[in-house]
Amino acid sequence: MLKIQNLHAGIEGKEILKGINLDIKPGEVHAIMGPNGSGKSTLASVLAGRKEYEVSKGTVEFLGKDLLDLSPEDRAGEGVFLAFQYPVEIPGLSTTNFIKTAVNEIRKYRGQGTLDAVGFLKMMKEKMALMGIDQSLLSRPLNEGFSGGEKKRNEIFQMAMLEPKLAILDETDSGLDIDAIRIVANGVVKLRNKDNAILVVTHYQRLLDYIVPDFVHVLYNGRIVKSGPKELALELEERGYDFIKSENQPVNA
Amino acid sequence: MNTVIYFKEQFDQLQSRNNDSLCTIRQDAFDLFSKLGIPAAKNEEWKYTRISGLFNKEYQSLIDRIPALTAADLDAVRLPGHAYANELFFVNGQFSFRHSTIRSASLVVLPLEEAIKHEYKEIVEKHLGHSSQYLKDGINALNMAFVQGGIFIHVAKGKTPEHPVYIYNIIDSRTSNIFSQPRSLVHVAQNATLQIAETFATIGSQESFTNQVMEIVVEQDANVEYYKIQNDAAHTNQVSTTHIRQIGKSYTHAVTISLNGNIVRNNSNVVMEAERCEAHLYGLYFQRGQSHIDNHTVVDNVAPNCYSNELYKGMMDEKSTGVFNGKIFVRQPAQKTNAYQSNKNILLSNDASVNTKPQLEIFADDVKCSHGCTVGQLDEEGLFYLQSRGIPEKIAKSLLLHGFAIDILEKIKIAPIRQHVDELISQRLELL
Repeated sequence: MLKIQNLHAGIEGKEILKGINLDIKPGEVHAIMGPNGSGKSTLASVLAGRKEYEVSKGTVEFLGKDLLDLSPEDRAGEGVFLAFQYPVEIPGLSTTNFIKTAVNEIRKYRGQGTLDAVGFLKMMKEKMALMGIDQSLLSRPLNEGFSGGEKKRNEIFQMAMLEPKLAILDETDSGLDIDAIRIVANGVVKLRNKDNAILVVTHYQRLLDYIVPDFVHVLYNGRIVKSGPKELALELEERGYDFIKSENQPVNA
Repeated sequence: MNTVIYFKEQFDQLQSRNNDSLCTIRQDAFDLFSKLGIPAAKNEEWKYTRISGLFNKEYQSLIDRIPALTAADLDAVRLPGHAYANELFFVNGQFSFRHSTIRSASLVVLPLEEAIKHEYKEIVEKHLGHSSQYLKDGINALNMAFVQGGIFIHVAKGKTPEHPVYIYNIIDSRTSNIFSQPRSLVHVAQNATLQIAETFATIGSQESFTNQVMEIVVEQDANVEYYKIQNDAAHTNQVSTTHIRQIGKSYTHAVTISLNGNIVRNNSNVVMEAERCEAHLYGLYFQRGQSHIDNHTVVDNVAPNCYSNELYKGMMDEKSTGVFNGKIFVRQPAQKTNAYQSNKNILLSNDASVNTKPQLEIFADDVKCSHGCTVGQLDEEGLFYLQSRGIPEKIAKSLLLHGFAIDILEKIKIAPIRQHVDELISQRLELL
């Protein structure tokens, strides 16, 4: 589904990703872990098409298409979804209106007819019940004045509405307490199926207690330096990132 | 044309033809105009808004009769909800009773010339021309010098007209350039309520220049809402003055929406002369082409314990230019004043520009005042967020801009007018 080969990318001339290789198949959950500054969020941003980031080398193929060649909206149309680490507050735009526009634009992109008000409402009610989201949240301006937990739940609700093929969760656990993490993570788990894939970007192991990964990759200094089964996350939690750092000291010329 | 000679000729004709109750007022104002002249760029208040060029054009006589308008002409400029409104029409600066419809029995509308003679003599004499104390330029004086065919609007003590007042300033420039100077004085008595929505429309392709003045006097426990909708064609120019005087503890709420026009200058003043007055001033301008919009506001706290809140927002596209100048005065006796001001601008093109200037003059020592202004681009992070959800860039931009505008739109409390303005903005943003 997603094939990243030798991806180099950076911002303002500074290279942050220095040769990423990653292969994700439908139905899989991958976790990217790593210390602060290792390039986790950069990877998520590059995949979603944030324009400040420049790709200098490598390829990203998504369902047979060159992902890097697509605009952010077209990537969403193809089925990529990024749950933001810091969801943006948009004053004056109602959450419902925003989601309706997004759902219909994606349907247009996919050559499906747009939903009318009734059809949209029906879909929204179903997903609200599934995600345990309250109507009052959706009638408010998008993320404005939302608590950290509400913002992240809103991200996952959008994911439920847009039904992506690949969901990238960028530090979705950051700023959440244990209860909020459980609620948000359980929402993600409900959306998991054999046809979609999830890429969880996280600093801590705790989110992975709920969203159990098939593969764990450790990102350090712009490269994946270690990959393994879900137990790798537990090892990192126990030993910290220091052993990764000491195994991967840059070689001084 | 030679401005001074032209206006002198016109003025002499007017005075010889109309030997009415306003003769002396006009004479005084004309003398003042002769002294002050047309404001030039060296006048600090007109630094970024050059209107002298507008006086180099030929205009049809200032004192001609009201041209004939058809029902279709009027229908084309009507605002939504008009069937339930008192409709007042100015045509080429002259109030037209025959085109107007007064539906509320509690609404008094009289020619200024009449009002100053009888029952309302004292009120008119006391308040007509008060704006000149704040607008010390030839433009304000010029309106007063040609005051004729203006109106006095009155709501008596304790009355609330059941319908809003819609005021249309129409210019018929089908046969020549038109210079028009509507004038009105509004008096809202104790415990009375009034809603006014005012708009400007030019019929015809010749140029127009409207120099309009409305003065509103608000007595104790009265409540006044005023809405200005400016969406006239690109060959029209305006100086539009709304001068509100709160002489008793009262509430006022004014919203100025500016969407089009060549040069548009608004003077929006609120003078709070009584304790515990409350004033809200809002503005939204969305300009494109080569439009120029200038909002000059004055909030003058004369008495203690008053509250004012001011928020103007601008979206500037293409080669449009904007000015916001917000003055707040807090006089020495006006302790415990709360005065807030904010001006936020989004530039949508590299060729658009805004000059924004807060100006606070505070002579009291126990006050809460704040001001802030921003000029920036559309929020990139917000744009990316919307795009990442599959919303194309163009629509995403429009949604963000609509969201930026909406808190001003929501301040319009006459529902059909609010929907109308929302539609105009949504259409321009291609969201409809």
